[in-house]
Amino acid sequence: MSTVIEVKRLYKYFSTPGGMLHAVDDVSFKIEEGRTLGVVGESGCGKSTLGRTIVHLLESTGGQIFLEGRDITHVKGKELAKAREDMQIMFQDPYSSLDPRKTIEQTIMEPLLVSRRYKKSEMYQKAQELMELVGIDQRLSKAYPHELDGGRRQRVGFARALALDPKFIVCDEPVSALDVSIQAQVLNLLRRLQKEKGLTYMFITHDMSVVRHISDDILVMYLGQMVEKSPARELFVKPMHPYTRALLSAIPSVDIHNPNKREILKGELTSPIDPAPGCRFAARCKYATETCKREQVLEEIEPEHFVSCCRVRELNGLP
Amino acid sequence: MSEKKNEAFLSVKDLVVEYTSDGQRIQAVNGISFDVQKGRTIGLVGETGAGKTTIAKTILRILPDRAAYIRGGQIIADGKDLLSLPEEEMREIRGNLISMVFQDPMTALNPTMRVGEQIAEVILHHNEISREEGEKRAGEMLEMVGIPASRYKEYPHQFSGGMKQRVVIAIALACTPDILLADEPTTALDVTIQAQVLDMINDLKQKNNTSMILITHDLGVVASACDDVAVIYAGRIVETGTKEQIFDHPHHPYTIGLFGAIPSMNVDEEYLHPIDGLPPDPSNLPAGCAFGPRCPYATENCRKGEIPETMTPDGHKCRCINLDQVKEGGIHK
Repeated sequence: MSTVIEVKRLYKYFSTPGGMLHAVDDVSFKIEEGRTLGVVGESGCGKSTLGRTIVHLLESTGGQIFLEGRDITHVKGKELAKAREDMQIMFQDPYSSLDPRKTIEQTIMEPLLVSRRYKKSEMYQKAQELMELVGIDQRLSKAYPHELDGGRRQRVGFARALALDPKFIVCDEPVSALDVSIQAQVLNLLRRLQKEKGLTYMFITHDMSVVRHISDDILVMYLGQMVEKSPARELFVKPMHPYTRALLSAIPSVDIHNPNKREILKGELTSPIDPAPGCRFAARCKYATETCKREQVLEEIEPEHFVSCCRVRELNGLP
Repeated sequence: MSEKKNEAFLSVKDLVVEYTSDGQRIQAVNGISFDVQKGRTIGLVGETGAGKTTIAKTILRILPDRAAYIRGGQIIADGKDLLSLPEEEMREIRGNLISMVFQDPMTALNPTMRVGEQIAEVILHHNEISREEGEKRAGEMLEMVGIPASRYKEYPHQFSGGMKQRVVIAIALACTPDILLADEPTTALDVTIQAQVLDMINDLKQKNNTSMILITHDLGVVASACDDVAVIYAGRIVETGTKEQIFDHPHHPYTIGLFGAIPSMNVDEEYLHPIDGLPPDPSNLPAGCAFGPRCPYATENCRKGEIPETMTPDGHKCRCINLDQVKEGGIHK
């Protein structure tokens, strides 16, 4: 297996009137070909910014991004255009991510036009193939977005992302706006095409049951920092970071006979503007001590299971 | 469940509501009946466009005047039919006997008014008390939902989403209503904040023995907060019973499909089991069972006329004529 995307010590800060907003703070990971990294966290934790920075919709503040081993952090011009063909993004809101004045066919053809890889006749052919691939009826090719329901619009967004045969797709909350019955249809489509085309995904979501279903590995973020990263199944069986544990316990379970023992967190997210050094979760963490105010290190506690918490061994009864 | 009828605190009977849009008739609510018992919470579950919010808005009579039309039915609360009350009397009921928490706390509050004042406004409207007394009570309400009274004079934009929703809940509970309508009260919130808010609603509800109608699409929220459940599809209740009955023995193919479509938290599956097709167009509902076109068990008879309500072996109500064909299903069985 080869690595498709690698991110090394990535930073993305935004300058605000109140100071520097640390949206992504020292994030590193790799995604192997054909695999899915789930990124979870609550609103404002930087998960979308991370996705957008990787596909170069935002410029990184520091760190490196590698696409199939090439450093693409600072590429420009033609090289950037090439890199963008290989990396696509699918957005959360199927209502605002499509141009209301373009037909479905025009929307799907736009990347083909920009790439200048195809002749006009080929483009129509290709657009038809894409529509078939994502399960949109041919008769809708001349329809406008407002004529489609949320699930179909999301399929259009997916077809557009697939148009240039990318290797890597950032899926930013692609099913959050959909009803469960439709959500399952779209998740199945994402998985089927991943298998057929060997696609690599970064799947951003706040829904823990969706992320468990779709991911091979999961990265948990809190206020711009990585707090835990582990194989998907293991994270649910053995969450180690106090934040991950609280997050998992907060999900209302559909099993009425074994309700989750909810760990209610006090307070809410602290400000990501010029945060104090140390663990950002400490303000809400019931295990917080003085040592938590020091810089935290992401450590491999068990094979492939990384946690950033100075008390992790003690809290999980590990040597 | 006729023996329970007398305990019903609020009864919705055969409610039919339509909207008109571009000359089209949109059948949003098509004959809905349910009871809310004192101190219990009923969850109205269904997908976008099922008619859940329309039901809540009809109960409070806050439907848009021009577009919406109540074609029939009764809503009995406190011995009165709310649908035939004059607007004056209805105004006394809103916020006092029945109040509502809306989905989006960002738009439910007045951005130009201090949060404390917004709570005091409701208290002063419904009680003959002095301004100082009203403000004092508003401060207490803030404390009750976990916000320091010192923030009384702040504006909504100074609050986070979770805190705004707490303010909305404080307003709704300010006059200790008998019935709380909560329309997706935690959908806009993060899970850890959702857990805080659900816990708080549960505590306050128990303290005041409030009845609640909780509208949600999240079956997890239903499992953790409701006593009874009504599953709604295309403006009809397709199945209703206690939470245990619905979650342990769902009978209607739609309910079973809905449970089956949720990704499991402990079983690995390559592919999920979506419900085929799409919800029907409310301006053009299919004849007979509206779920028919998506139902794996549908037969010719499902398209003929209205589907009657039947009693399942465990004693809850379900609208399906093929119950003996439907395979048992539900939460990852």
